[in-house]
Amino acid sequence: MSSPSSYYIPHEAKWPIVGSIALFAFFAGFASLLNGGGWVIMAFGAALLVYMMIRWFGDVIAESENGQYSAQVDVSFRMSMMWFIFSEVMFFGAFFGALFYARTFSGPWLSGIGEGGAAATNAVLWSGFDYVWPHNGPEQLGGAYEKMHWFPLPVLNTLILLTSGVTCTIAHHAIKEGNREKMVKWLLATCALGFFFVFMQGVEYYEAYAHLNLKMNTGIYGSTFFMLTGFHGFHVCMGAIILLIVMFRGMRKHFSATNHFAFEAAAWYWHFVDVVWLGLFIFVYIL
Amino acid sequence: MSTAAAGHHEHDDHGPAKGWTRWLYTTNHKDIGTLYLLFALVMFFIGGGMALIIRAELFQPGLQLVDPLFFNSMTTMHALVMIFGVVMPAFVGLANWMIPMMIGGPDMALPRMNNWSFWIMPFAFLLLLSTLFMEGGGPAGGWTLYAPLSLQGPDSFAFVIFSIHFMGISSVMGSINIVATIFNMRAPGMSLMQMPLFVWTWLITAYLLIAVIPVLAGAVTMLLTDRFFGTSFFNAAGGGDPVMYQHIFWFFGHPEVYILILPAFGIISSIIPTFARKPLFGYASMVYATASIAFLSFIVWAHHMFTVGMPLAGEMFFMFATMMISVPTGVKVFNWVATMWRGSMTFETPMLFAIGFLVMFTIGGLSGLMLAITPADIQYHDTYFVVAHFHYVLVPGAIYSIMAATYYWLPKWTGNMYDEKWGKIHFWVSTVFLNVLFFPMHFVGLAGMPRRIPDYNLQFADWNAIATIGAFGFGFSQLIFVYVIFKCIKGGAKATDEVWDGAEGLEWTVPSPAPYHTFEKPPAQYS
Amino acid sequence: MPTLSRLSLVAILSLIGSAARADINMPVGVTPISKEVYGLHMLIFWICCAIGTVVFAVMFYSIFKHRKSKGAVAADFHESTVVEIIWTAVPLVILIAMAIPAAKTLIAMEDTSDAEVTIKVTGYQWKWHYEYLDSGINFFSNLDADHNAARQVDSGIDVSQFDNYLKEVDNPLVLPVGKKVRFLHTSADVIHSWWVPALAVKKDAIPGFINENWALIEEPGIYRGKCTELCGRDHGFMPVVVRALPEDEYNAWVAENAPVEEPVMTESTGAATATAVASADDDREWSMDELMAAGETVYNNQCASCHQVGGEGLAGAFPAITGSAIATGDHAAHIDIVYAGKPGSAMAAFASRLSNSDMAAVLTYQRNALGNSVGDTIQPSAIKALR
Ligand code: HEA
Ligand code: HEA
Ligand code: HEC
Ligand code: CUA
Ligand SMILES: [Cu+2]
Repeated sequence: MSSPSSYYIPHEAKWPIVGSIALFAFFAGFASLLNGGGWVIMAFGAALLVYMMIRWFGDVIAESENGQYSAQVDVSFRMSMMWFIFSEVMFFGAFFGALFYARTFSGPWLSGIGEGGAAATNAVLWSGFDYVWPHNGPEQLGGAYEKMHWFPLPVLNTLILLTSGVTCTIAHHAIKEGNREKMVKWLLATCALGFFFVFMQGVEYYEAYAHLNLKMNTGIYGSTFFMLTGFHGFHVCMGAIILLIVMFRGMRKHFSATNHFAFEAAAWYWHFVDVVWLGLFIFVYIL
Repeated sequence: MSTAAAGHHEHDDHGPAKGWTRWLYTTNHKDIGTLYLLFALVMFFIGGGMALIIRAELFQPGLQLVDPLFFNSMTTMHALVMIFGVVMPAFVGLANWMIPMMIGGPDMALPRMNNWSFWIMPFAFLLLLSTLFMEGGGPAGGWTLYAPLSLQGPDSFAFVIFSIHFMGISSVMGSINIVATIFNMRAPGMSLMQMPLFVWTWLITAYLLIAVIPVLAGAVTMLLTDRFFGTSFFNAAGGGDPVMYQHIFWFFGHPEVYILILPAFGIISSIIPTFARKPLFGYASMVYATASIAFLSFIVWAHHMFTVGMPLAGEMFFMFATMMISVPTGVKVFNWVATMWRGSMTFETPMLFAIGFLVMFTIGGLSGLMLAITPADIQYHDTYFVVAHFHYVLVPGAIYSIMAATYYWLPKWTGNMYDEKWGKIHFWVSTVFLNVLFFPMHFVGLAGMPRRIPDYNLQFADWNAIATIGAFGFGFSQLIFVYVIFKCIKGGAKATDEVWDGAEGLEWTVPSPAPYHTFEKPPAQYS
Repeated sequence: MPTLSRLSLVAILSLIGSAARADINMPVGVTPISKEVYGLHMLIFWICCAIGTVVFAVMFYSIFKHRKSKGAVAADFHESTVVEIIWTAVPLVILIAMAIPAAKTLIAMEDTSDAEVTIKVTGYQWKWHYEYLDSGINFFSNLDADHNAARQVDSGIDVSQFDNYLKEVDNPLVLPVGKKVRFLHTSADVIHSWWVPALAVKKDAIPGFINENWALIEEPGIYRGKCTELCGRDHGFMPVVVRALPEDEYNAWVAENAPVEEPVMTESTGAATATAVASADDDREWSMDELMAAGETVYNNQCASCHQVGGEGLAGAFPAITGSAIATGDHAAHIDIVYAGKPGSAMAAFASRLSNSDMAAVLTYQRNALGNSVGDTIQPSAIKALR
């Protein structure tokens, strides 16, 4: 623990209240959109949210560049980022949990494998349903489909993400050596790979919808597939945007060999997204 | 290390900003703590008002006042408001006020994010409460939002889901802040095992929150996509399972109930030693017990689901694991009693509430233990016996601890003593009515009255009438609480710095009322 | 004491006095399992009382003796590994003592093997359907009509006139005494839970899944219970009534009610055996009056719990039939929503729940009553054509 002689305390904070209003508008707008309303309120909320983030982070960046943050503040930032990532892990945990549950309990139960009422469930309600993963349920919701093969697209995507992890690490070493230019170059590569990943994911979705008839409503398989890959893809987008911002900051001569927390936070996040993908690749595509 | 905040002193460092925008923009942990506490107080009356509607309808058999759908919606909202809008924010408010002072820190680790954590709450609840005024009414599927019933909900469904996401954002940010504060802002030299128990219990609570709130977010997101995007997580026809929702929900839900009680344990562990004038018995085992409870809370969730048709092995496991929680909880209870033993006790209002907590929480805990016994729970489940159990741990548990904390620290917050006479009246009136309110629920529950029903057989009529009398008595006696608080804010006998003669801890070393910025320089004790 | 508070005190005391007569404990029940569960319940109850007594005794002793006003001076101890080990170990032992009988009972409860009668219990919003898998008997069980009228908001009917208010149904489940009966629980819409305290049977009815349970009733009698899982607006109004008959009477009941031909269930007839309306009848042209008369019964039995007796619905939750575009529009859409339901909403598919003529009747009724007056009929043959 650091031992400061006095503390850093920011004073007024105007952006949080803007952020709350923005989120309120976004959520309320999204909900009414789902109920068949317009999208204007939601878009307003989203725009305000983005604006708020730009301004708030702008303030933070300015303060950081002015050297207002002590080592103690730095530690607070690190801890927060760490635990924020942990909370994200738990968020994905819910969906992985759903996948495991559906595969180890619901599916077998519906097809009559297991204790208790499983046999009766299959005999009385779903006779003829045999459990194989993947499946879209005894009523075959969404109709006949083909499963998403792990080759070639997902393998390619795995390679892309793994490579991006490497480029990100090279960039990290670069800034630790104080070589800002090298950092920017490798960050650019990382972002490019990130966006390429998202693009390929889009191609995969297009394939799924256009040719495989694999959709969100393709029973439990489609549900878990799109929920997991979708939220992951969203996180890749966010991560890439964050890295992009870090890159721009690097171009503006931010960061030094010893002081580059924003970079590190973005890199942690990127590695987290990477690891989640490995989980996805194994449990969604291969097994 | 770099010197902080050099050249950034153009603001007034020694007092709050002027005008109402102070509250909007504040980054001061005390201001934010106050906001949280006031918010919780207001929500307590809203959630309590809903409870009174429930009780009024249940006063007699037959439907007199409300449509059954509205009744269900009151039950649902009452629980959501009480849990997410009262107990959690009140605990966060206390954490804000007390943790920096208790650990000798200047403020929370991330003061601006702290402001946001609070200012999300009013908006999130605006979103939630507004659903009551929408066509079709608010959510009416119970606070647990079980699929597929909740999926049938009216248009307000999406608003409810998003309001839960919204509150979740606040909780996660708040907890991260607390974790960072505790680890990073302690006075130099203060080791973890020197921290007051309130700080310890909150640290563990914050971890529980960070771990399970995102799981709740995931669960309700799946509800949302099942309803609007055609997924079939909770639909057997597509290979999903309604019970899966319950597993995910209770993986959040059970730790959640400990989130509602662990900070209370911390508060009681502060108050009892003060008024027994004796150090807390078994500090270290208190810490380990809290950690054990938190750990166990992750592996007992399915005790809420003994009737869903789990395999026998599952029922056994969850029964045994649940029973185990009694052991660390028992250690806590015994330690408190041992702290009182051979002390030199006085019974000011905070102590009365703490003793009320101790007695009635134990009653609620013991009925919880009965619920853990699977074969018996199959009879108890979804009856008023369960309602009695959780109100005993929540109302004289969580709520009493918050009241005890308020009386205990109010002099430190305001600089004035509260009115002891009215405080004691508040305690006694509340306690009598509270038992009139909740004790009979054990009886009707055992005799077979299901929960979440607006109307019932005549066999349950008498006890329900009594409970309703208790509810109104208890509800209106809370006006005394409000009166005492506001009287104390406005004036009263000046409080000394130490306030209570047996009190220990850093918060009692600063003046009363605590100055706007407490420890701008780290305190010296621990270095 | 001021009169007002004295009066209320008297009121409260007399209430407590009268309440004390009402039952305040779990019923012992009439099955071996329910008796075991009752024993277990009392065991853990007394253990908890004993623990509470000991803890509170020590605490209150301390509160009375170790108070400052009595001159108590605080001791300074704050640790003792020995006592802490004791009060960790002793509760553990107590818990084990509770867990052993609990586990035994649990294992017995879960053993559904060797049942002699199997009954499928299906929850609907808000009624139960029973199907005797061995004999083919099947029927719906609704809240008794008089109770249903009395329980409406502000019905003006004094509910205390009913002996078993909200615990009476039109068709109770009839079970034999002395035979092991197996239940298969499932649901057609949301989760319900079938509970009869006297049998210690409570199991959730999960849509798309079947849960098993069993009971062996030892005494003839009528046993009442309720749905215990929140299932929507009328969750409080879907009772369970079991009539347990001695074996010979039960056999006679089965013989009398077993359907002769392949059963097609219809709910509206309300009779214990629902036989299909002769299919020849479906092909003929029905008159408006015939359809309207039958339709009114079906509507009030099947639809009114949501769409309300007058057809006005409940804003936001259940659409009004009065003036409904669907119910006054073209036949296809109107038939479709009732035949196939609306997935994801409370509007269930009635295809398997109503006979052709009943469905035609209720559709015609919706078009020409409840404030609507389209003037046309929907014929049973139109429904038959869909099957
Ligand atoms: C603050 C909140 C809180 C707390 C602390 C607890 C504590 C406990 N709860 Fe409770 N519970 C709820 C809130 C809480 N609960 C809520 C809200 C619900 C309902 C949710 C819903 O359905 O809506 C619920 C429901 C609930 C159920 C499900 C009932 C059902 O639906 O059928 C069960 C079942 O096992 C249970 C068990 C327990 C146990 C074993 C404890 C234990 O932690 C208690 C431990 C304490 C003691 C045992 C007393 C002190 C100990 C001693 C004096 C030592 C000596 C003891 C022994 C030797 C045993 N609870
Ligand atoms: C911390 C949590 C908490 C708290 C504090 C309470 C407090 C109370 N609860 Fe709560 N309750 C729950 C959590 C809580 N409850 C939960 C989780 C459920 C389960 C929900 C579900 O099944 O989904 C539940 C369910 C529940 C039921 C069962 C409903 C049902 O199953 O249908 C009942 C019935 O009596 C009830 C009653 C009460 C009462 C009378 C209080 C009293 O303590 C309230 C005290 C009253 C006041 C404080 C009111 C003060 C008001 C005035 C003085 C009037 C002025 C009014 C205004 C200004 C608006 N509660
Ligand atoms: C459990 C509640 C419930 C029951 C019982 C019920 N309905 Fe419905 N009904 C609904 C709901 C909810 C809708 C709205 C569906 C939607 O559009 O989302 C609906 C819609 C309808 C509509 C379309 C109305 C409109 O204008 O959109 C018709 C017609 C209808 N029901 C007829 C019937 C008939 C006939 C019966 C009885 C045989 C019946 N319903 C029983 C809940 C119910
Ligand atoms: Cu069916 Cu509750
Ligand atoms: Cu629990």
